[in-house]
Amino acid sequence: MYVAVKGGEKAIDNAHLWLAEERRGDVSVSELSLKQITEQLGLAVNRVMAEGSLYDRELAALAIKQSRGDLIEAIFLLRAYRTTLPRFGTTKPINTNNMSCLRRISATFKDAPGGQILGPTFDYTHRLLDFKLEADGESLTATQAETAIDKEIPHITNYLYKEGLIKEEELTGSEPQDLTREPLEIPAKRPLRLQSLARGDEGFVLGMAYSTQRGYARNHAFVGELRVGMVSVEMEIPELGCSIEIGEIEVTECETVNQFQGSKTEPPQFTRGYGLVMGHSERKAISMALVDRALCWKELGEDDLGAPVQDEEFVLYHADNIQATGFLEHIKLPHYVDFQSELELIRKLRREADERNDTQEAAE
Amino acid sequence: MSELLLDVRGLSKYYGNRIGCAEVNFDLWPGEVMGIVGESGSGKSTLLNCLAGQVEADFGEVFFNTRSEGMKDTFQMSEPERRMLSRTDWAFVHQNARDGLRMNVSAGGNVGERLMAVGSRHYGKIREKAVDWLERVEIHNSRIDDRPKAFSGGMQQRLQIARNLVTGPRLVFMDEPTGGLDVSVQARLLDLIKSLVRELNLSAIIVTHDLAVVRLLADRLMVMKDGYVVESGLTDQVLDDPQHSYTQLLVSSVLQA
Amino acid sequence: MSDYNFAYLDEQTKRMIRRAILKGLAIPGYQVPFASREMPMPYGWGTGGVQVSAATLTPEDTLKVIDQGADDTTNAISIRKFFEKTAKIATTEKTSSASVIQTRHRIPEEQLTEDQILVYQVPIPEPLRFLEPSEIETRKMHALEEYGLMHVKLYEDISRHGAIATSYAYPVKVEDRYVMDPSPIPKFDNPKMEMAAIQLFGAGREQRIYALPPHTKVVSLDFDDFPFEPSKADYSCDLCGSENSYLDEVIVDDEGGRIFVCSDTDFCSSRQSINSELIYE
Repeated sequence: MYVAVKGGEKAIDNAHLWLAEERRGDVSVSELSLKQITEQLGLAVNRVMAEGSLYDRELAALAIKQSRGDLIEAIFLLRAYRTTLPRFGTTKPINTNNMSCLRRISATFKDAPGGQILGPTFDYTHRLLDFKLEADGESLTATQAETAIDKEIPHITNYLYKEGLIKEEELTGSEPQDLTREPLEIPAKRPLRLQSLARGDEGFVLGMAYSTQRGYARNHAFVGELRVGMVSVEMEIPELGCSIEIGEIEVTECETVNQFQGSKTEPPQFTRGYGLVMGHSERKAISMALVDRALCWKELGEDDLGAPVQDEEFVLYHADNIQATGFLEHIKLPHYVDFQSELELIRKLRREADERNDTQEAAE
Repeated sequence: MSELLLDVRGLSKYYGNRIGCAEVNFDLWPGEVMGIVGESGSGKSTLLNCLAGQVEADFGEVFFNTRSEGMKDTFQMSEPERRMLSRTDWAFVHQNARDGLRMNVSAGGNVGERLMAVGSRHYGKIREKAVDWLERVEIHNSRIDDRPKAFSGGMQQRLQIARNLVTGPRLVFMDEPTGGLDVSVQARLLDLIKSLVRELNLSAIIVTHDLAVVRLLADRLMVMKDGYVVESGLTDQVLDDPQHSYTQLLVSSVLQA
Repeated sequence: MSDYNFAYLDEQTKRMIRRAILKGLAIPGYQVPFASREMPMPYGWGTGGVQVSAATLTPEDTLKVIDQGADDTTNAISIRKFFEKTAKIATTEKTSSASVIQTRHRIPEEQLTEDQILVYQVPIPEPLRFLEPSEIETRKMHALEEYGLMHVKLYEDISRHGAIATSYAYPVKVEDRYVMDPSPIPKFDNPKMEMAAIQLFGAGREQRIYALPPHTKVVSLDFDDFPFEPSKADYSCDLCGSENSYLDEVIVDDEGGRIFVCSDTDFCSSRQSINSELIYE
């Protein structure tokens, strides 16, 4: 005699206990500390901060530990936590002109004031697994430069502006909308698009950027400048009547210079793509710049080539990996009621089809 | 004497410095067919698209005699009004049937859509009307559940016509309706259009580079070159006794062919 | 969890959601955009419903949460526990004792009253989404009441299968104006949508809220000659004998033997206790 199964609650509790065990792993192995994560898995921390839209290295590290290294799960934890945090206000826009550059390169000029600073990059390494790292090893130190890096390194695009060769960005002076406070509505203005991309899934934005390079609305991007470093964050304090620096964050900024192909309304000029990401995250910043540029086709009077990256709705609605994974994984939830109605419908239609066939055969 | 259906004044469209079409003026009466001829690049398609509201013009007015409010400038209409117009009183037959049909919907569904869009809710009656219209455009009713993908070019074009005319529009825009079709298929299509226009007292504006089409279908015509209307008048008059040098060139090249 | 506000969300957010709900009630069936917050459960797992419930709950409320009609499914338990922790309100499995009911994919069999609120979890709020992928275009279609495409789909179903081939999330027309997706409830439940309770629909990931005030006219789309049928399996419940409730099919042995039981577990168990009382009389 069938008895309706109960005990769902106990099953969930046990599942959580088991998860906690798996998360810890073999207890004879020393436990990961947050410091180890922030120090030695810094780039993972950066990604989680960027897509979690929250700059806090320790919290990101905690999220990574809790999620057993599943970065999208970690991003989710950070986003959910962010929802609970009260808003004090908004800072002034950060000024990347005053960045203390850890790294600054340009592909468009061999040299420029400020120099090409390589910084700690994988770019020139050979991708050979380094088995020396298997053993906890020796620490190496880089030699320090003799002179400090200039505090103020002008942006390379300034030189192009001065010659009139690059499109001037409009300063509208208006407050940008906050994507996390208001629903995304299409058509979206550029600030919202950029916010969406900044917190969008790195893999997705990368794929979209790559598609432009392969010919789906190619925009001939050159890396005009890529810079990584600390910028100060300032905020107006009404009680003090002035603004003060409340801290420093590390950001990666990428400006691409894109060729303009004859469009209907503008004479030829270079145009820009822009990427800005919290933490040192080059792939993301560059991808963002390429996709930003591709999405500007309408404002620039270009043709709709039907490329996926030009479809604002397609790109912005599918860039958020938290929305994506939630919906994707929800199909694991019970759907047996909806499925039941499908079962009944298909059986009914098949019955009716059989009846029709039978009467047809009888007639023949 | 019926009232004017369409009154076009000073219609112009520019692409940067290039002229799409410039300073076009004409009027159209119920039951009248206007042909617009010219070579490619003459601006005739631009003109048609501006008239039909598919492309935004830069200057000019297009007054249409609406059922409820008389003569109204369609450029001043709100989007809901314009969309309503294009579902009821207006129709647009595209050169390429794929642009005017839903390719993954059956022939019956294609013809029935406009009916359903204005409130038809009886499946049987919708289907009856679809069958009726398919027969009128000489498509056998056994094809009613087939998708347009399975039709020949000529059939697709005839289906497009049925889809557009089923709700009884008063003004039909046609862009090279016989373009890309075999000569015999063209002839059949033209006969069909001619008889439907007469039967339903339709007004139509037909863009074509083919003088034979205007000779057969159009009451009046306009000749376009480089975006301007260089000559206009009654079809037979213009074709038999062209005044403008360009028109003379057009007419003579057809005779030689 | 004393660091969190009542029902998790801060008051500003609740205000924002309530404003959206009021707009939704004022225009039944119209999808109101709202700034969905990230919640501690993933998008697609009920965040829309949870936000609507969180904004609606007061400390005096009694909450029931069901998924597929049952109180004991994993998702229902998880959400119920969430509110127990963050709102400390009373919870129940009895439909008649609840003032707020959050549901996924079913409407309770028992008739709801004017004192109750039914909150639906909605995955895809846009009924036209699968016919027209563009949001800009579907917004226009709703604004201009251009629903021809919806009927074309129904027409195609009939021409191909002889019947309308939608069995759940069956589209409805609300107060003769907006076409609405009732969420993936089986079409059997559609007629229940004309009810005395308030119905609220929350889609978190898609960021939309819509609503039906009590006694709103809700008509399932059909053709005059192919009328809507709220059908279900032609069996009665093997546990309580009900002939009028929606049933789950359960496979009980290796040969594929099956029984049918009410999907609404509270409804079924109430009937079972009445039955056993009757036996003892």
